[in-house]
Amino acid sequence: MHSVVLTKGVPDFREGQVAFDEDGHLERGNTPTVMNPNDKHALRTALQTKVRHGGSLSVMSMGPPGYGDVLREAMETVYADDLYLLSDRELAASDTWATAITLATGLQKLDDTPDLVFAGFKTADGETGHTGPQACWCLDWPIITHVVALDVDEDDSTVRAKRLVEGDIEEIETVEAPMPAFIVADPEFEPTYRKASHRLTLKDLQAETAERAENHEEHLTTWDHADLNLDPDYIGLDGSPTIVSSVDPIPKAPAEREATMVDPDDGEGMSEVFEAMQPFADGRSAAGD
Amino acid sequence: MTEDYEHYEAVVVGAGPGGAAAAATLARNGVETVVLERGVDAGSKNVTGGLIYAEESAPYTIDGIFPGFREHATERPVTDYYIHNIAGEQVRTFDITDGHEQDTEWADAVLRRKMDSWMARQVHEITRETGGGLLTEVKVNGLLEEDGEIVGVTCEELDPIKADFVVAADGVNSELAREAGLMDWEEPEEWFQGVKAVVDMPGDTINERFGIADDEGEAHLFSGDLYDGVRGGGFLYTNQDSLCIGNVFHLDSIVEEEAEVQDLLDALLTHPVLAQWLGDDYDEREYSAKLVPDSKKAANPSPHQGRLVLVGDAGGQMQAQGPIIKGMNHAVTAGALAAEAFVEARSRGEPDSAGERYERRLHDEGVMAKLRPARYEVASALGENDTTTRLAERALDSSVGRLGVRMADRVGLLERAYSSPYLATMMPDTKTPYVTLPTIIGEELGATVEAESTVELPSLEERIGDLTYDTDVGNPHIVVEDNSFEASGAAVTACPVSAMDYGGGCYRDETVQSNGDEKRVVSLDTQPCVECGTCAIVADTQWEHPRGGKGVEFREG
Repeated sequence: MHSVVLTKGVPDFREGQVAFDEDGHLERGNTPTVMNPNDKHALRTALQTKVRHGGSLSVMSMGPPGYGDVLREAMETVYADDLYLLSDRELAASDTWATAITLATGLQKLDDTPDLVFAGFKTADGETGHTGPQACWCLDWPIITHVVALDVDEDDSTVRAKRLVEGDIEEIETVEAPMPAFIVADPEFEPTYRKASHRLTLKDLQAETAERAENHEEHLTTWDHADLNLDPDYIGLDGSPTIVSSVDPIPKAPAEREATMVDPDDGEGMSEVFEAMQPFADGRSAAGD
Repeated sequence: MTEDYEHYEAVVVGAGPGGAAAAATLARNGVETVVLERGVDAGSKNVTGGLIYAEESAPYTIDGIFPGFREHATERPVTDYYIHNIAGEQVRTFDITDGHEQDTEWADAVLRRKMDSWMARQVHEITRETGGGLLTEVKVNGLLEEDGEIVGVTCEELDPIKADFVVAADGVNSELAREAGLMDWEEPEEWFQGVKAVVDMPGDTINERFGIADDEGEAHLFSGDLYDGVRGGGFLYTNQDSLCIGNVFHLDSIVEEEAEVQDLLDALLTHPVLAQWLGDDYDEREYSAKLVPDSKKAANPSPHQGRLVLVGDAGGQMQAQGPIIKGMNHAVTAGALAAEAFVEARSRGEPDSAGERYERRLHDEGVMAKLRPARYEVASALGENDTTTRLAERALDSSVGRLGVRMADRVGLLERAYSSPYLATMMPDTKTPYVTLPTIIGEELGATVEAESTVELPSLEERIGDLTYDTDVGNPHIVVEDNSFEASGAAVTACPVSAMDYGGGCYRDETVQSNGDEKRVVSLDTQPCVECGTCAIVADTQWEHPRGGKGVEFREG
């Protein structure tokens, strides 16, 4: 069993971390790079698979050499065995399509073909959610998205998953796919470790990884476009069909409602508040849907 | 269904000294052993006075089971041992080191978080080699049964686990022992309650104030009239860079006297005798409390049922007789003996005989004789009744009695008596040895302490606020079944984090008006609970442990 998690470094969009220039453009140099927050769902799903089924787990990312910390964090999160960074100036400014081609090529270059590839459901910067499915399309593998539960039958070489239909927690379907396959975990995915043996394995992995993460660079393989034998016309800016015409800052939402101050000792006023809130207490919206 | 569950040869519940000793001994004998501990770390739910002993007569000692134990897990060895008899500001001190050193290979002060978490790392390593290991934040909440037989345990955070051998080392509030009908909460006289402050003090200051070197330590006991007549006493032990100061009282006495235990702790901390050591830079690291079984009454002579055995506090194995207070060492011995019993039973192809073999070993190795001394059984029958107590008190308080005390001291008899393990085992659980005699000794023989206490103690609110909790809102681990003050009011005073006229603790009393009637009721907020379990005995409550990793987390213990 060999799994790979795709992860990406993104600007740290948390308040106080992100820096913009006078024109409102993101200053990447002054904004720290962190692991795409949405990738944690992929990482958690991959970790559960590793704990339950064993095998090796690799993390792959495309980005500048400075992604080392992101990869180290990923290693510590999923107790990864190996790290792969696809990094080259020729790859800069890739859109999702060029990135997908590069990642798919990287996955094919691995000595050990993955059984499962886990991708985050979207990145915090581009938010397209395209890269994983496009990389999968390049490989012509099945993909299961919005996964909330996962089970692998190694003997049968199949993966069975429960997934949300239309992203709705009320509607779940069970699907099965032959491996190798792509898995995109939904934020609703909650890993569970209900067996003592699973928790003991987690503890083992944690202890092993603490040492490995200290020297994570020894476990890092970096490939450039030549290593991947990629045609420069299909990668980087030249290989990116997406054209961004302009970027506009998102305006702040105007205050739509006026607040009414009510003195808690004002019985009449408080009664009105309770009346106004009553529809919400009943589980219905004020509009009565 | 149960065939789908995971199976281990042995499951040990609780990673205190009893569980650790059992698990290490099982695993060293090749038994696949998993240890389940409910705290975020081993020791985070534990509190001790505390000293750990290695007895010369014991078949197992903790350093024998865990080499390097004293170097890594303890504070200071006890090299001097004193008892202070207090009457007002008069104190008469006896050196009882001789008695303390009898049958003692060594005794060290310990803090449980440091000690237990060190042991847990060793246990995990040893048990992992057998395919098992140690897991924290897992609460075992019951026994798994099949056709009426115990076949394993059920857990809050894990699926049920089957096992050939279940060691309940889950402490004084053992839910497994209770479920198996091997322990009940009924009688306050079977229990003590300990309340403790860990006081910050640099090692150099300790050395200077106690006149000791780095590798020396002191133990002090306190009794007399500073506890409003509540039966029990105080203690002070020197750690590497802190002091453990606390009281241990008979729970029935706390209830009878409606004592506020935190106030009694303050009475000790502010007594002039402590001023010589505390100075005025008092800094309390942690406030804690624990229920302690009185082995003389609570030690189960047959602590097993089917595949289940009880070790340590879960089996009531806590010896408290006069100045002799030993628990952890007995838990260690019991844990190792239980493991030994299973290994032998398994090798003979009779794994289900482990419980009986364990019971036999406890008796053969003399553990039960220490926990429930025959001399006490006889002496208590004679000495623990109101008439005898009244007569003894009157005799002691008479001029003849007081003269006798002075005479006895002149020939060194009192000091020898306090040092006598023989007499300690006979000591009746009455006011006489705890309150009356020490007070008379203090009055007749004591010297006035010149020092004056200047310490500023934290309030109960501050003590509770300084503790670390992972609150578990929506999952109360205590349910008050009868909230009338008559049924559950004792919880308000006896609970170490509650007090009359204080609304921020675990329990508080309230007057509720309805239909023109007034009713005094008890209300509960389980969030500041220190999980001592006192209320389960003194009040009408259903008490269980919080879920794994939840509730109070002791940093010192």
